[in-house]
Amino acid sequence: MLHQLFKFKGGVKPPTNKTQSVTLPIAAAPLPSRLIVPLHQSIGGTPRPVVQAGDKVRKGQLIGEADGWISAAVHAPTSGTVLAVAMQPQPHPSGLDALSVVIEPDGRDEWIDRQPFDYANATPDDTRRYLQQSGVVGLGGAVFPTHGKLTASRSVAMDELIINGAECEPYITCDDLLMRERAADIVRGIGIFRDLLQPKRVLIGIEDNKPEAAAAMRAAVAELGENFEVVSVPTRYPAGGAKQLIRVLTGKEVPAAKRSTDLGVQCFNVATAYTAWRAIAYGEPVVSRIVTVTGNVHAPRNYEALIGTPMDELLALAQPHPDTDGTVMGGPMMGFLVPTPDVPVVKATNCLIAHADRLFPPKAPEMPCIRCGACADACPHELQPFELYWHARAKNFGKTQQYHIFDCIECGCCSFVCPSRIPLVQYFRFAKSEIWAREREKNAADEAKTRFEFKQFREEREKAEKAEKLAKAAAAQAAKKAAEAAAAAADSSPAAPAEAAVDPAQAAKKAAIEAAMARAKAQREAAQPKNTDTLNPQQAEELAAIEARRQAAGLTDAAAGTAAVDATREAKTEE
Amino acid sequence: MMTAPAPFLLKDASVSRVMTQVCLALVPGIAAYAWLVGPAVLIQLVIASLAALLAEAVMLRLRGKPLAMFLSDGSAVVTAWLIALTFPPLAPWWLVATGTVFAIVVAKHLYGGLGQNPFNPAMVAFATCIVSFPALMAQWPSVGLQMPLLDQIDIILGLAPRVDALSGATPLDAMKTALKLGDGEIDVAHLLANQDIYGNFAGRGWEFVAAGYLIGGLWLWQRRLISWHAPLAFIAAFVAISGALWLYHPATFANPLFHLLSGGTMLGAFFIVTDPVSGCTTPRGKLIFGAGAGLLAYIVRVFGGYPDGVAFAVLLMNLSAPVIDLLTQPRIFGMKDES
Repeated sequence: MLHQLFKFKGGVKPPTNKTQSVTLPIAAAPLPSRLIVPLHQSIGGTPRPVVQAGDKVRKGQLIGEADGWISAAVHAPTSGTVLAVAMQPQPHPSGLDALSVVIEPDGRDEWIDRQPFDYANATPDDTRRYLQQSGVVGLGGAVFPTHGKLTASRSVAMDELIINGAECEPYITCDDLLMRERAADIVRGIGIFRDLLQPKRVLIGIEDNKPEAAAAMRAAVAELGENFEVVSVPTRYPAGGAKQLIRVLTGKEVPAAKRSTDLGVQCFNVATAYTAWRAIAYGEPVVSRIVTVTGNVHAPRNYEALIGTPMDELLALAQPHPDTDGTVMGGPMMGFLVPTPDVPVVKATNCLIAHADRLFPPKAPEMPCIRCGACADACPHELQPFELYWHARAKNFGKTQQYHIFDCIECGCCSFVCPSRIPLVQYFRFAKSEIWAREREKNAADEAKTRFEFKQFREEREKAEKAEKLAKAAAAQAAKKAAEAAAAAADSSPAAPAEAAVDPAQAAKKAAIEAAMARAKAQREAAQPKNTDTLNPQQAEELAAIEARRQAAGLTDAAAGTAAVDATREAKTEE
Repeated sequence: MMTAPAPFLLKDASVSRVMTQVCLALVPGIAAYAWLVGPAVLIQLVIASLAALLAEAVMLRLRGKPLAMFLSDGSAVVTAWLIALTFPPLAPWWLVATGTVFAIVVAKHLYGGLGQNPFNPAMVAFATCIVSFPALMAQWPSVGLQMPLLDQIDIILGLAPRVDALSGATPLDAMKTALKLGDGEIDVAHLLANQDIYGNFAGRGWEFVAAGYLIGGLWLWQRRLISWHAPLAFIAAFVAISGALWLYHPATFANPLFHLLSGGTMLGAFFIVTDPVSGCTTPRGKLIFGAGAGLLAYIVRVFGGYPDGVAFAVLLMNLSAPVIDLLTQPRIFGMKDES
């Protein structure tokens, strides 16, 4: 049956360079000299280490415990001794270190006691928790904890479950080989996802440059008696982007602001389905993955490598040529050069490319933008990259948000086509991180202001309470005196002195509260910035416009923003 | 440590390649033009190119920019060629040079150089010169003028008197003048019957020049260097307004074909309104830009005092391009249903 396909706009067709690494089957990489297993390997929280230096661990043993719902466990990839739980260099463009468990293998590669998960008798919640504890995360590159995506929207019926075997980035063939060799386990894993999400249909999208993989998947689906559809999609980068594949297979467009489940669709990578099945049927947590090792090497190939394997040891298996001058993790479109050659393979590592100028010539110098619009034609999210570039360059970040910078998926199509050789994606990353940083600063300032105001309130309250106590004491004394006087006056009217006794007490309390409120008001006004005292009419107008916008934006206290800076300062001096 | 960011693969594209292709696309039109009025056109191309590169070099030096990188980007040559093709072919060398230098120095570099100019430099040159030197800019060679190359060079270099042979006008200008002089007595059909001037459609030989630009433009479109939006809107607007007025009063308004094939219509449609730097960039914006330029060009051409209106029309639309772009931002992926 021919499936109706939809098109996404934009996209590019770079040379695929996939044939080099598919000639040989997947090989198991030998045990490396040591393993560096970062605790933070998925989107979300950083798992807590549950081992310490000197501990003996077995293969598959928990070493990092999920610290929240969006977080996934981390396991020892082989048996051995924990050398350290310490900060280690990471395969991340930032070059920052992160907490990792360093393990020296004992060479025996001894598993823990593996128990299949009793899937048939488990509730869906149990299954999700089990997948979390098994460290199952999205292996397409985004490493989002899989269990977090296995809950359908309450209000929208689940129409389609999309399984992503498109693998659109050049050079990468790990999913291709996995589908060719282990299709049955993938299909069984998809069955788990299907059970949890209850979609109306399941579509497996594979780019049409991988006919062997598609055939293997079709055969496995037929053999297992599933009704999943294996659909060949046109080869065009980035057809394997989750949003693009959803669009191609269903016609649905998921905007940045929405979850795909809100549109009744969810998407998983084929390798994720595979690891989910390994965890459930064999009790094996995610301790290895398939990595394509290619580029400027003598023998490109796919390896099943342990998580934590130093990249240089893995790359050496493929025999890099002498002119190799770096290692790219990921594909040539979205990957990055790792900061040092020995950073570890992580769950997100789908491909290592030996970098050399011969394969990737140095870029010509950046020219000015000529607004030719090639980037806009290539953008799969139909953005206007040259406008974004213009505003990002000018650090006009508000404008970049107006031009939807957060809908950019950083696929690199714009940079790929740009005749002026502008590294557009770099500018967009810069703008995004600046916006996030400012957001954090603003939140910090808001928090400081809240703290300051609470402190002020507390001090006033204490003063008021003190005043009240004093007033009460005075009133009690007055009442006592009055009572004495009344006693002296013997049997005249008893009501009047009682009234007099209540009245002064209340009056004192009221006065104290009023005084406190007046002081608080005066102080708040004093906290206004001084430079607003001498405004020219134009500035005043601008200020009014800004406040109007702030109010429109739902910031209730118009003065809050202007006072926030002062408040921060006060709060700091207080600390 | 290398810090070169992704993507590591790049398409084989560059600014100079874009500009070279634009120049190549002009070749059919240039060939037809040279055949029509003689090799003078080629001399003007050389003069304009030299003037443009010289002005570019001086400005780059003054602005402290790398000379080799920007001189070889080809943008100055494109500007120069467009100027040479819009000026009268036997205009004195200094007129072409002045226009070109003004375009490069003022319209391009004073606004920030490549990619920053709000106005189309070639059209700035044309507008400046036609306002400053109206007589010289209106001197076109008489139709069917046969003049040897050396004589043409002498005229361009000012070594020979500007003879009566140069008192001609473009068919467009001739039509307008004749209609004005005829003052209602002469109708368009009679004028067009004069095949010596107007040929079969719009001007003897000029149809071939227009066809040459059309071919080059279609090639650019096929190469995806330009999109169809602006040229089609430009031509459609021309056809719409000229067709409407022609149907309304055929005696005083020429037919759409005449307007499409004369003056700067085809050059404008494919090489001027498609300029990405000074034009609109959104698909709807390009449609508005093209249509606006077409309408204004017709109005200036038919009701104004200048021989053609494309330059002024394009400059006016250049002014509006930023706001048109702002108001026509396309809906993005996933947000097409939002109002």
